[in-house]
Amino acid sequence: MLLLLEAIFWLVRPPWRWRLFFKQMEFIGVNSLFVVALTALFTGMVLTLQTYYAFRMFAAETLVGVTVALSMARELGPVITALMVTGRAGSAMAAEIGTMRITEQVDALTVMAINPVQYLVLPRIVAGVLMLPMLTALSVFIGVVGGYLVGVNLLGIHGGLFMNNIYEYVDFNDIYHGLFKAACFGLILALVGCYKGFYTRGGAESVGRATTQSMVLSSVLILTSNYVLTALMM
Amino acid sequence: MEPIIELRGVRKSFGAEEVLRSLDLSISKDAVSVIIGRSGSGKSVLIKHIIGLIRPDQGQVLIEGQDIARLDERSMASIRRKFGMLFQGSALFDSMTVEDNVAFPLHEHTRKPRREIRDIVSAKLAAVGLKDMEHKMPAELSGGMRKRVGLARALALDPKIVLFDEPTSGLDPIMAATINELIVRTQAEFGATCVVISHDILAAMSTGHRLFMLYEGRIIAEGTPEEIQEWDDPVVQQFIHGRTQGPISIA
Ligand SMILES: Nc1ncnc2c1ncn2[C@@H]1O[C@H](COP(=O)(O)OP(=O)(O)O)[C@@H](O)[C@H]1O
Ligand SMILES: [Mg+2]
Repeated sequence: MLLLLEAIFWLVRPPWRWRLFFKQMEFIGVNSLFVVALTALFTGMVLTLQTYYAFRMFAAETLVGVTVALSMARELGPVITALMVTGRAGSAMAAEIGTMRITEQVDALTVMAINPVQYLVLPRIVAGVLMLPMLTALSVFIGVVGGYLVGVNLLGIHGGLFMNNIYEYVDFNDIYHGLFKAACFGLILALVGCYKGFYTRGGAESVGRATTQSMVLSSVLILTSNYVLTALMM
Repeated sequence: MEPIIELRGVRKSFGAEEVLRSLDLSISKDAVSVIIGRSGSGKSVLIKHIIGLIRPDQGQVLIEGQDIARLDERSMASIRRKFGMLFQGSALFDSMTVEDNVAFPLHEHTRKPRREIRDIVSAKLAAVGLKDMEHKMPAELSGGMRKRVGLARALALDPKIVLFDEPTSGLDPIMAATINELIVRTQAEFGATCVVISHDILAAMSTGHRLFMLYEGRIIAEGTPEEIQEWDDPVVQQFIHGRTQGPISIA
């Protein structure tokens, strides 16, 4: 928490190191595109199968599309994206900063009169908060595409109705809801990754421990805060 | 002569472990001072007090007469510009080339154009005996080379004071001698005050103008290499002769 306050403090002070921000945005965003797209596709697909299975009992097949789209936009898109990025980037942050800590590279920054929170932590947090909504938007889109493929092409739901209901019932608020949560998750995973790395003590095995702990802690925080955020925004 | 670094009554504990117990130390300008002591005796803790990476529980740390013990981080940053430091494990940034490592403090703290920075970097690398290494990554270098790059980086901004934490540990004898020579040359050519921490008594005797021995959280002996050699204290004698028998308990 203190780390967050310190990072916010440094956010409003020069020098801003644009190159570091862009490097982290690339690291979190671009490099996660593929896993995020792949997991979103299959999530959308399985969700469609499952929803179809249940809705068929009420002859409500045409509502499968809107259900899938809403679930993706409000819940699954943000959560799955955040969990994937935690696995890829959050734990890498803990490992990278942890290694820098135990090999005295963090001290070296301090000695060179460079604030390590500003240099290491701030760009990662900003990149997390900015990139997660973008990745989530992509994941929602791909999830719906996956749903369409399964629902329309495989299960034979009427394509026009599938899409029409989505346009009808999914509004900007749902999208906004999901993207806001995604930004919160981006903050959580970057902050936890940096925190665990920053306060690593000891030898090489402590870096491994910090990496695993950051993964577990941020997954737990993402899933619990997801409930809280949904409840608050209902 | 006015000391450039002075510690007065510095105490530091980690939990129940008292590492520095009312330590006094005064280091004069323009010389190589070597602090010797056993592993785990608190040498790194001591040097980190000098540069403000660790704050004392009690006591004063004076740099050119200014007490930094309770200085805020902003003022501390300007004090640190007087220092260069070579870390025990070199602490090179693994994600950057040799050139970028040495150029790093120049980019961060000066407004010099790129061309000039590149020239300074090659000059500093040449001074530590490294040529055509600019584009290598730290992982490709041997321990001795890493130390020399670390030294070039520490010297990049022409600091007044250069700190060395165990500069020769883990190196073969020839490389260790090379590094020791570089320390002496750093002092002579750049006119920097050098503070070296070491458990290598022979190297300390040959490079230091002044030696200090750290034992149980205090400086128990101080003098020229010759004076230390003759020091009338069984602890000092046991350490400099590397005997297993004596007052120092081997835990
Ligand atoms: N940041 C720290 N937190 C807790 N204990 C520390 C810390 N730094 C050093 N110590 C303890 O202080 C003692 C001296 O360490 P150090 O100064 O590294 O010894 P050396 O003389 O080998 O450099 C050790 O027992 C170490 O465990
Ligand atoms: Mg040490």
